Amino acid sequence: MSEMYGKGILKGLGVTLKRFWDTYWEDAVWLFRQVTRGERRYRSPEGIAHRASKNTRGIFTVQYPEEKLPVPEEFRFVPFLVYEEGPNGEKVMRCTSCGICSRVCPPQCIWIVRTTDPETGRPIPDPAEFYIDIDICMNCGLCAEFCPFDAIKMDHDYELASFGRSVYDKEKLAKPVSYYESIRPLNAARENAARAAKEAARLAASAKPEA
Amino acid sequence: MTAPAPVETLDLAARFPGWVTPDSRPGYSGWIVEKDKLLDFARALRDDLGYDYLSSVTGVDYLPEGKMEVVYHAYKTTGGPGVNFKVQVERRDPVEVPSLVSIYPGAEFQEREAWDLLGIKFTGHPDLRRILMWEDFAGHPLRKDWREAYFEEEFKPFKSRWPEGKFQMAEDKARLGDNLSFPAGFDPRKKTDFDPEKALYEALRQYQKTESGLETEHLLVNIGPHHPSTHGVFRVAVVLDGETIVNLKPVMGYLHRNHEKIGERNTFLMNMPYTDRLDYLTSMSNNFGYALAVEKLMGITPPERAEYIRVMMAELTRIANHVWAIGFLLNDLGAYFTPMLYAQEERELILDIFEAVSGSRMMCNYFRFGGVARDLPDGVLEKVRDLAFDRLPRKVDELENLLADNEIIRARGIGQGVLTAEDAIRYSTSGPLLRASGIPYDVRRAEPYSIYDRLEFDVACRPNGDIYDRMMIRFDEIRQSLRIIQQTVKQIPAGPIMAVKPAYQVRVPPGEAYGRVEGPKGELGFYIVSTGKSSPWRYHVRAPSFINLTAFGPMCVGQKIADLVAILGSIDIVLGECDR
Ligand code: SF4
Ligand code: SF4
Repeated sequence: MSEMYGKGILKGLGVTLKRFWDTYWEDAVWLFRQVTRGERRYRSPEGIAHRASKNTRGIFTVQYPEEKLPVPEEFRFVPFLVYEEGPNGEKVMRCTSCGICSRVCPPQCIWIVRTTDPETGRPIPDPAEFYIDIDICMNCGLCAEFCPFDAIKMDHDYELASFGRSVYDKEKLAKPVSYYESIRPLNAARENAARAAKEAARLAASAKPEA
Repeated sequence: MTAPAPVETLDLAARFPGWVTPDSRPGYSGWIVEKDKLLDFARALRDDLGYDYLSSVTGVDYLPEGKMEVVYHAYKTTGGPGVNFKVQVERRDPVEVPSLVSIYPGAEFQEREAWDLLGIKFTGHPDLRRILMWEDFAGHPLRKDWREAYFEEEFKPFKSRWPEGKFQMAEDKARLGDNLSFPAGFDPRKKTDFDPEKALYEALRQYQKTESGLETEHLLVNIGPHHPSTHGVFRVAVVLDGETIVNLKPVMGYLHRNHEKIGERNTFLMNMPYTDRLDYLTSMSNNFGYALAVEKLMGITPPERAEYIRVMMAELTRIANHVWAIGFLLNDLGAYFTPMLYAQEERELILDIFEAVSGSRMMCNYFRFGGVARDLPDGVLEKVRDLAFDRLPRKVDELENLLADNEIIRARGIGQGVLTAEDAIRYSTSGPLLRASGIPYDVRRAEPYSIYDRLEFDVACRPNGDIYDRMMIRFDEIRQSLRIIQQTVKQIPAGPIMAVKPAYQVRVPPGEAYGRVEGPKGELGFYIVSTGKSSPWRYHVRAPSFINLTAFGPMCVGQKIADLVAILGSIDIVLGECDR
């Protein structure tokens, strides 16, 4: 056996040295880019994008919370309820309290009280109470996936640390459509188009018998 | 590469008249073996018919029929379909079934689990103690008449959530005290002299050998449950002679949450995100195994595009897992964190892809019955292509170059913790552990699922069965996975991603199914029994981390104590899956 002792250690040190060197080499490259194109390596979207790309070299980490990795559109954390703004700025919940989300939720953390008409006793498609036990939610996204009214969606906000138990009520869960469209533009556009097509089909179908 | 063996028609009933009858329940397959003939049957199955690999042992409680059943799945390590056989006994507490440990030592932990959770007493088992629950636990939680604390209803969804879902915290609803039931004659305020560790230490003592005439004193050391090198809350009770390991017993269950009981309360779909939490490093493969099992029962197959996406994700998972495993093995060898963090970079880039596709880096919940949850978003395929063709091959070479000839790794790896090929099969090990011992057995080739029969790749195999080979085989497997990903990126067709309309209530016909995939850690199997309701009647996970540990003790005996963590690291376990 002709093993040369110390070779592995030298090689290992070499790899580490190369990474160390790469970090500063990249810094120099970016310094050049900063001067010529105004692009910065740290605390800038282009710098973070580069560090998360296949060409990343040297330092790889992101200095959270000063720097944050952007989240992709499909990213999911906890659910929220989508409301549309009425003509006078009132909140019109999309939710019809159909209960599908609470039935599909694996850890059963969605609680919905349906509103009933005090006179007829019949249910009104608007939740009286809507609770999600955020500490129990497993962030699976099934509620958003199977809600037939696009009324519950997964949020991008992941900074939810708190000292107590987090149970969100209807107020806390409600967020405007504009917010939803800002975090998930492609999904929202797709859903709006599908809804518009459905609406058009419905109108066409209801117009037919009269004709 | 092992070619799948030709499918032979196996008529066990004709071969073993009076011992074996076909299982003729609708939706079921396999054979029912007479309890008294079980040992003879299993011996003949192994020695005469060549089914040398006992993959899974579990039980089912058929409460309405008043029966308990033990279900076995055996395979040939040369490939081909398996045989599924069962023993039925009248439901009592406890029921007794002969143990197969003498024929298939790989049944040891699985039988302990079935005893622990279902109350099936395996007569002749060398060390039948509880394994996931603690020793003085009362009852067998997977029995259908056993109810957990905070029990609400037999099946989800619970009626209290809608339409009168007045929110109540679980901890307020059932305060500690009135949700507990105690066995008859037990008073929680009284101290008992029951020593929960006694059985464990007694079990260890059985194996102690004193040399002729010489009384040697052995030292008992507990490593873990909280120890950085045990990869989680895992404990090993080791008996030492000086620094040499004489015997050891793994102690697990610290992360046990009875995944299977939860799964039997859940609807079929609800289980999908729960499978993410088994081996939380490989959620995509876990999804894969579960989806396959349920799809078998439903009789559907996903469309082409979905199959390609599935395989692509499963292979990316394998790479992410293996770089993690290699990195952590280096931690266990003392190269603290530097190689691991290098390996981690590649894993991060893969997780970025998972996040873009499924919405989560680790808890992917991406597979659905009949396809995947959503199509690949724009740009993802390019990212996969960049990784598979450019970055990962480079980086894997760099990592291998750093590690493969390192003299410390070679000194501590070569010839250490050897698992022979025979033992690897006997102990039902799977995955890289089995293949590093010279057995080229890979479910993707032995019993191809999805589109693996069309993809070109070699089954990685290394001959020596030591720590070093178990590290190197992971490099080999990463390279094969890269080959597979490259093919899927090139060949992926356009088209739908779901075979059926997405639905939250799926109709699963009555019957049983065993779906298995080659997960990064080994053979991951799901045994599912459906009664046609919305929830599975039985949901069992054949966890590779758990079963691979059966060989841990035999691998360590005779080694030095310092090698124990290295051997454990080379098995690559995740406690979320092991303890379930
Ligand atoms: S599924 Fe949608 S509409 Fe139905 S209750 Fe849930 S959020 Fe409301
Ligand atoms: S994300 Fe999953 S766990 Fe959370 S509320 Fe929705 S369905 Fe329930």
